[in-house]
Amino acid sequence: MIRLVKRPVPSKAWSWATPLIAVLATMIAGGILFAALGKNPVEAIRVIFWDPLFGPNAGYFRGQLLVKAAPLILIASGLAVGFRAGIWNIGAEGQYIIGAICGAALALAVYPTESAWLFPAMVILGALGGFLWGLIPALLKVIFGTNEILVSLMLVYVAQNLLAYMAFGPLKNPEGYGFPGSRNLQQYASAHNPELIMGTGAHWGVVAALIAVIGAYILMHRHIAGFRIRVAGEAPRAARFAGVVPARLVVFCLGLSGALAGLAGLFEVSGPSGQITDSFNAGYGFTAIIVAFLGRLHPIGILLAGLLMALTYIGGDMAQLMLSLPSAAIQVFQGMLLFFLLGFDLLTNYRVRIGRARA
Amino acid sequence: MGTTLLKIEGLTKAYPGVVANDGVGFEVGRGEVHALLGENGAGKSTLVKMIYGLVKPDSGTMTFNGAPYTPAEPRAARLSGVAMVFQHFSLFEALNVAENVALGMENPPPLRDLARRIREISAAYGLPLDPERLVGDLSAGERQRVEIIRCLLQDPKLLIMDEPTSVLTPQEVDILFHTLRKLSSEGTAILYISHKLEEIRSLCDGATILRGGKVVGSCVPREKTARELAEMMVGGEFTTTDRSGRALGATIFEVKALSLPSMSQFGPSLREVSLSLRAGEVLGIGGVAGNGQEELLATLSGEVPSAPGTVKLHGQDISDLGPNDRRRLGLQGAPEERLGHAAVPNMSLTDNALLTGTVRRPLTRKGFLDMTAARLFAEEIIQAFDVRTPGPHVAARALSGGNLQKFVIGREVLQAPEVLIVNQPTWGVDAAAAAAIRQALLDLAAKGAAVIVISQDLDELMEIADRFCALNEGRLSDPRPTEGLTIDEIGLMLGGAHGMAEAAQ
Repeated sequence: MIRLVKRPVPSKAWSWATPLIAVLATMIAGGILFAALGKNPVEAIRVIFWDPLFGPNAGYFRGQLLVKAAPLILIASGLAVGFRAGIWNIGAEGQYIIGAICGAALALAVYPTESAWLFPAMVILGALGGFLWGLIPALLKVIFGTNEILVSLMLVYVAQNLLAYMAFGPLKNPEGYGFPGSRNLQQYASAHNPELIMGTGAHWGVVAALIAVIGAYILMHRHIAGFRIRVAGEAPRAARFAGVVPARLVVFCLGLSGALAGLAGLFEVSGPSGQITDSFNAGYGFTAIIVAFLGRLHPIGILLAGLLMALTYIGGDMAQLMLSLPSAAIQVFQGMLLFFLLGFDLLTNYRVRIGRARA
Repeated sequence: MGTTLLKIEGLTKAYPGVVANDGVGFEVGRGEVHALLGENGAGKSTLVKMIYGLVKPDSGTMTFNGAPYTPAEPRAARLSGVAMVFQHFSLFEALNVAENVALGMENPPPLRDLARRIREISAAYGLPLDPERLVGDLSAGERQRVEIIRCLLQDPKLLIMDEPTSVLTPQEVDILFHTLRKLSSEGTAILYISHKLEEIRSLCDGATILRGGKVVGSCVPREKTARELAEMMVGGEFTTTDRSGRALGATIFEVKALSLPSMSQFGPSLREVSLSLRAGEVLGIGGVAGNGQEELLATLSGEVPSAPGTVKLHGQDISDLGPNDRRRLGLQGAPEERLGHAAVPNMSLTDNALLTGTVRRPLTRKGFLDMTAARLFAEEIIQAFDVRTPGPHVAARALSGGNLQKFVIGREVLQAPEVLIVNQPTWGVDAAAAAAIRQALLDLAAKGAAVIVISQDLDELMEIADRFCALNEGRLSDPRPTEGLTIDEIGLMLGGAHGMAEAAQ
């Protein structure tokens, strides 16, 4: 019989080993899944994990890696701060959309004025939009005691409808021959978030993601505020005893993660995506939740997890294209990663004992 | 008496890293009140859990009523005639007494019949209890009676009681003892776990003393002094606390007409609590847990703000200040619940030193953590308060209750507070550690600090407090000097015995 024995102290080694084990287990279980679909599992895994980095067209895909990873890392860094405090922002997708709309709206309003101030102003508006959208569940929780998980999630659908309205209405390109969607900001120099170093995919969002990782690390591991956030997540009563005001914490965490998600949306709409369309959002806000947990809610872990997740995105697209795997199979594969991570997480706090049970 | 009811031989139970019981053997006669004495961690709980079928022994034999006895689960133990009253009650607050009793039975009779039987038993054994009342409205003593009556309905041959008096007022203890003696005279044996030595001397016919999982002695408690019993338990000389060297100064801390609505459904609200405290003074606040102790600590430490003008330190109104602002002014607190309130279970001792230590100690620089300073502070606490742990990197939850409590008290004391408020400072702490904690509180007062000790342990309060007051249903009595205060007077201050009015009906 298998038993679980609680460890007196959480194992440091296991907390770092479990993500790796989870990735391996995902490869194995995913391989079985692909085999059951009639594909060569080894080839599928190679297409997903190897080819984007070292395959024949790797030069193109490596650039994509940063483009995809940057918003994930940026959003996940903010979410992880809240998750550490036990404040669950599930609505980053909505905050991402609102950030993009706010930033893009400014650019579209002043079009075609060229000014060095435009892009910085868009960045600020993007962050502000996400911040305010994140503040809605925060204030409802503080004032009425609503559940931030539900409210933030529901606000995603509100944001999506707002996005569709904007794409078909106020922000529609007047010279777009009736097609939905805004002007393309890539063709508007002052508002464009360009690739900073050719071929790397690195745009301002990548820079922001790196700053977010460093900032989050300093906040959570070097500053008393981050210490209190961690205490709040571990033991809420102890946090109150240490002087944490729960309401302020809720506003801070939801506001911060909202602002970072809004930034990610702004960098996306002004860069890789270029325009507001009704299908602008690609699920970064939800995937970032996986990234945050995959990275153990630790800034450095999130950096690595964001890159890994971006890799499975790109590799997944390739697998769909080259092996004609259904997209649902790829999503299951990505879901497995979180499933195994949470499952193996048990080993951090428990020891597995095999033997006869003696209660 | 005379004949043996329960005989235990060579009972051993090991957990990973610790042998909880090592070849334990003793006998309990019919109708005997037998005490199991020992410090926390001596193995008393494991032993009775084996007798009650909750834990299976690794080796050893038990004989009950002349037959081999190997209960696979508590139900089997109950069928054999063994019943147990736990220290922590398993009752539903939103149900009434009869419903709660019915929930614990295999085939409960109709509620009306059950209520009648509860009344009968309650009258027969002098345990006043109304079966129609909501458990949420009962005092701790009354809740315990529900558990006892639940056991008595099974007509047990052996009744196990784990620390039954820790939640009772002295008058309630009298009622309980009366019941236990009556049961014993009818032939029911009682296995009585406690570390309150005077109680054991007055109640028990025999005692088995455990230390480190082994039987280290047995005696007839009446023939020994409390001090001798304590020394058998601890296995060494017992130091008495030193109260000397204190001089009372000016009044530095004042609470005036402090009221607070209850924080939970069945929790009490604080009503017009007033007290004042002089430098160098130790004020003891007695009372059964659940009468507002937690609420009082929360408002005094600043976790919950109170109305303007209710809490004053050095004449300054601090009613609306949070915990850290109060720490800055010299007011520190140590809540009752160590894991999750006074300390974060999954964080290291270094982190736990940071929890309250950043205000009065230079553990941060412009808000940035100085982990070296924090570690040194944690090491200082460990050193000064003899906390037994491999080092400051160890998670708080890995420490035993006594060691963690020493750490928590040490953390506050070493910050040199001017007012220190502690709630149940020695609850669940072994005798040696408890003595060390009490001495530390007295030493702090000797340096001119004012100390409030909230405790259920009346002996403790008599030992260290200058003045005593009782907290009962959220009201604080007027303080009385501890010198010359009798246990009966204290009992009356604590509200006497709950529920006596109903018994009279």
